[in-house]
Amino acid sequence: MSRPLLQVRGLRTVFDTRAGRVCAVDGVDVTVEPGECLGVVGESGSGKSVTFASVMGLIRPPGRIEAGEILFDGVDLRQLSRRQMQAVRGRDIAMTMQDALTALNPALTVGTQIAEMLEAHDDELPRGGPARARAIRARAVEMLGLVGIPSPDDRLKQYPHEFSGGMRQRIMIAIALASKPRLLIADEPTTALDVTIQAQVLELIDDIRARLGMSVVLITHDLGVVAQHCDRVIVMYAGQVVEEGPTAAVIGSPRHPYTRGLLASIPRPALRGQPIRPIEGQVPELIDLPPQCRFHARCPEAGPDCLRPIEMRRVGPGRQVRCIRTPAEAGP
Amino acid sequence: MSVTRLIERLLQLVPVLLGVSVIVFVMMALTPGDPVEIMIGDQLVTPEQEERMRRDLGLDRPMVERYFVFLGNALQFDFGTSFYHRRPVSDVIIERLPATIELTLMAMIIALVTAIPLGVLAAVKKNSIFDRIATVGSLLGVSLPGFWFGILLLMLFAVQLNLLPVAGRVAYEHGVTVRPITHFLLIDSLIQGQFAAFRNALAHIILPAITLGLPMTAILMRVTRTAMLEVLRADYITFAEAKGLNRQRILWRHALKNALIPTVTVAAMETGSLLGGNMIVETVFGWPGLGRLVVESIFVRNYPLVQAAVLLYAVTYVLLNFLADILYTVLNPRVKL
Repeated sequence: MSRPLLQVRGLRTVFDTRAGRVCAVDGVDVTVEPGECLGVVGESGSGKSVTFASVMGLIRPPGRIEAGEILFDGVDLRQLSRRQMQAVRGRDIAMTMQDALTALNPALTVGTQIAEMLEAHDDELPRGGPARARAIRARAVEMLGLVGIPSPDDRLKQYPHEFSGGMRQRIMIAIALASKPRLLIADEPTTALDVTIQAQVLELIDDIRARLGMSVVLITHDLGVVAQHCDRVIVMYAGQVVEEGPTAAVIGSPRHPYTRGLLASIPRPALRGQPIRPIEGQVPELIDLPPQCRFHARCPEAGPDCLRPIEMRRVGPGRQVRCIRTPAEAGP
Repeated sequence: MSVTRLIERLLQLVPVLLGVSVIVFVMMALTPGDPVEIMIGDQLVTPEQEERMRRDLGLDRPMVERYFVFLGNALQFDFGTSFYHRRPVSDVIIERLPATIELTLMAMIIALVTAIPLGVLAAVKKNSIFDRIATVGSLLGVSLPGFWFGILLLMLFAVQLNLLPVAGRVAYEHGVTVRPITHFLLIDSLIQGQFAAFRNALAHIILPAITLGLPMTAILMRVTRTAMLEVLRADYITFAEAKGLNRQRILWRHALKNALIPTVTVAAMETGSLLGGNMIVETVFGWPGLGRLVVESIFVRNYPLVQAAVLLYAVTYVLLNFLADILYTVLNPRVKL
């Protein structure tokens, strides 16, 4: 079996706040295989964004990574110097953010924002002079064309606010992909978009993934998106992974009560007429959590035996669940 | 921004400037003290003579009529005769203006080149010792009265250390050798290759420029710091980091270009307040500029000159604000005039 592209082990990221120490990510393991699309699902505050911000080395004080390994292609990113990490960001691992309107710099033209990515990372460009400028421009035009911006040549000198929301999202993707990264982390790529545009953007990501052969991590709270686009999925809750497995299996027969709750709270045409059942209660405060099942307070199946540390357990091929109610290695 | 928009925007200044002229005129007309009485002073004149003077000066006409005469003349840069100099007011002002502009520009340059880097550093090193010192320093800078700070500088650098001259614009022996071309002494001496004169002029201008620029430096530093702190939290800074750009580029290009939007606007408006500061600083440092001329003119009740100078200040202030608007759009592509 080939080496995973990204392997995160025992990641713990904490934020020291006035109220206490917030453990936003607590012992998370994530693996991304080359060429696969991994879905990461969870509510706001489940730690899904913080996990991948940690991978990118973008955690700023008062936050810090307290423990864990982040192996990218076998290299522990936590051991890299700032300069080395700078070279990894953008070149090897690229990221898009939820809202392109705020992620693109309003004061710089779109062309500048693509060009600087190429400047920073592309070693194939001519060394200097007008040839380099021409090559960068050509690549920028190519990238905008790739993500489906019409007449890209004319639009390079425009500013982000001169584009529509969907266009901006495409531009952000074009920037992220400019240096042909091996891993794209797409953080809520469609949340800020209309439904029709959502589909286009996701298809675009799928298409480019196939063409460039890169891996994609799709962070979302939309299980529908995961079902359509991801090979595997991990479900996060309160800073922990609670379920992991092939998408079809996890969605087809969810094992963790939280995953079941998530699925039940999606309106689906097949279940027309039946009330949507939201999960009762709220995500616990992540300060000084007791060592017990974190979903305990909201779980319909919880009992006194859940009040102890719960480990992930294998429940099938490639499937793991953090729940004692699920029999180990049961079912297909 | 298109040229037509620019012209349109310039035309919008006309009503503002008219308003300014009305206020200046009314203020001077309502100022206590009859100009004729002041001109007469202790001399003995008959009421008929007094009446004739008033008629000659046009002071017997209704105020509205007098305003339009004033406005018509002002548009031709004719502000009457300076009682004191017995020459046209406009000549006297033009003679003094370059020194003031030179000093103001110098103060502005000093303020900009110190305030912006200091503000950026204070924001980057938030809550550090440096940030705290800068905060206290800027508070002092805003609160210290210019005349006092100027005198302190003079006592230290001119009197105690004997490094810099006490007053004036340039030493006499240099002043006579530099031919006026641009009327800016620093530039004239440079293009004529008179480096000794240039150094001398620089030594003269440095203390008044620092004194004049101090409050502006302090304010701009605070504005830059606040703006940078806000910008550094923005998503596009995180995205720029995620792109793997180096810190310098993120700071000075991505962050500063956005942070400069408020800074430049404040800078342009603060330049207007430098005009007011000129009067004090020029008086303290014996700088032969417009500010000192205005102060002297107020003391001798040289009304035509004061009126012209106040109008000039007001117009300059309006134009600076216009410039701030233009700069704002240049820096902020989202805003159209």
